[in-house]
Amino acid sequence: MTSNCEPRPGQGTDFKSVPDFAEGSRGDTVSGETTRQELFQYVIRLGDNALINGQRLAEWCGRGPFVEEDIAMTNIALDLIGRARMLLTYAGEVEGEGRTEDDLAYFRNEREFRNFQIMELPVGDFAFTTARQFFVDAYDYFYYRALQHSVDPSLAGIAAKTLKECEYHLRHSAEWMLRLGDGTKQSHAKISAAVAELMPFTFELFDADGIDRAMKVHRIGVDLKSVEMLWNEKVDSVLGEATLERPQPEYTRSGGRQGLHSEHIGYLLAEMQSLQRAMPGQDW
Amino acid sequence: MTAIRTPATCSSGNYPDRVIDEIRHLLEQVADPEIPVLTIADLGILQDVCRHEGRIQVVITPTYSGCPAMQTIEHDIATVLSENGYEDVEVATRISPPWTTDWLSKAGREKLLQYGIVPPAGSADKQSLRMPVACPRCQSAATEEISRFGSTPCKALYRCNDCLEPFDYFKCI
Repeated sequence: MTSNCEPRPGQGTDFKSVPDFAEGSRGDTVSGETTRQELFQYVIRLGDNALINGQRLAEWCGRGPFVEEDIAMTNIALDLIGRARMLLTYAGEVEGEGRTEDDLAYFRNEREFRNFQIMELPVGDFAFTTARQFFVDAYDYFYYRALQHSVDPSLAGIAAKTLKECEYHLRHSAEWMLRLGDGTKQSHAKISAAVAELMPFTFELFDADGIDRAMKVHRIGVDLKSVEMLWNEKVDSVLGEATLERPQPEYTRSGGRQGLHSEHIGYLLAEMQSLQRAMPGQDW
Repeated sequence: MTAIRTPATCSSGNYPDRVIDEIRHLLEQVADPEIPVLTIADLGILQDVCRHEGRIQVVITPTYSGCPAMQTIEHDIATVLSENGYEDVEVATRISPPWTTDWLSKAGREKLLQYGIVPPAGSADKQSLRMPVACPRCQSAATEEISRFGSTPCKALYRCNDCLEPFDYFKCI
């Protein structure tokens, strides 16, 4: 890796340096343009995960089981949407075609979204929401903890900022896993069912593809293997303490990062995008 | 939203130091929209006022990623400066290093407490310096957290077990 890709505090990624670093000492064959495209894809995946998860969680607004939890879920949703805004803004800058965070959030169709499928599943009951948040919060916590060391100063900055919030989120959802798992017969049954339903969707979180590998090689992205190890440890320990079995799914679901989604995302986008689609460019 | 980027080093422009100082002074009075007893300077949101490519650049840092107050703050900054005849101003957002409650000023902490919100106890940087959260009304240390999430992203909800009053705590992050 050439000196061009060393982090330079006080500056965003300088794309003039990309061809240099892509042709670095490892003999990579990626061209500068491919790298820019890959980085765009990488950032937009992170942004879409936060956006779709935040939009789903916000559906609890005014419907929480009690007021403190209602406020907690909407607070977390707000953090996620804030994270999505930073990432989508940066994705637009990387792409270099003038697309803003709003263009990316409101004017893409289902197949252009790159979030994991677990993010788009309907909210379900409180147990389902809790289990999803726990799986996702644990992933985000370890992911962004690693990403704060990215050589890309913009991603490192966003990661360090978001990590403080991830820590809070994880503590919250892990506590609820314990309370529901080790609670009443009914709460135990509901959270067990949620864990079993969600488990097949967690494999996608660690299914590294070409973009993940390229970003890892350039030290822009993270090592998913080590995130997976830490995630497994955390999940096993919390499930154990919550007296819950870790299910061994017979099938797995994936495809979100290639734009292959469940039917649910269409309904989510219809609601999220309807205003901008009807009146493009409307502003507060 | 202002583009997320780190402003380049400030360079000398057409504005004399006196002007920069006056602008800084004006902005130090801008109140936080959610907790109006605090200014954006008290909160550590106002990071810098400088010259950048012949314009005035105001650098702010967001508290929480999704805090809706940030947009209002940007708008308030532009309004105050425009009212005082400074039109050529750019508001830039800096996210690195990330905001911490350790940046809350001493005066800000006192104002918070008088307002009924307990300021962050101890230091976010040094976890070992975490202190118990004392009730702002009766000063009892026998308090408990009701919810880690409160009416704004920066606050948690507490209750005093002695006087039984609920109160807001400004989370230490």
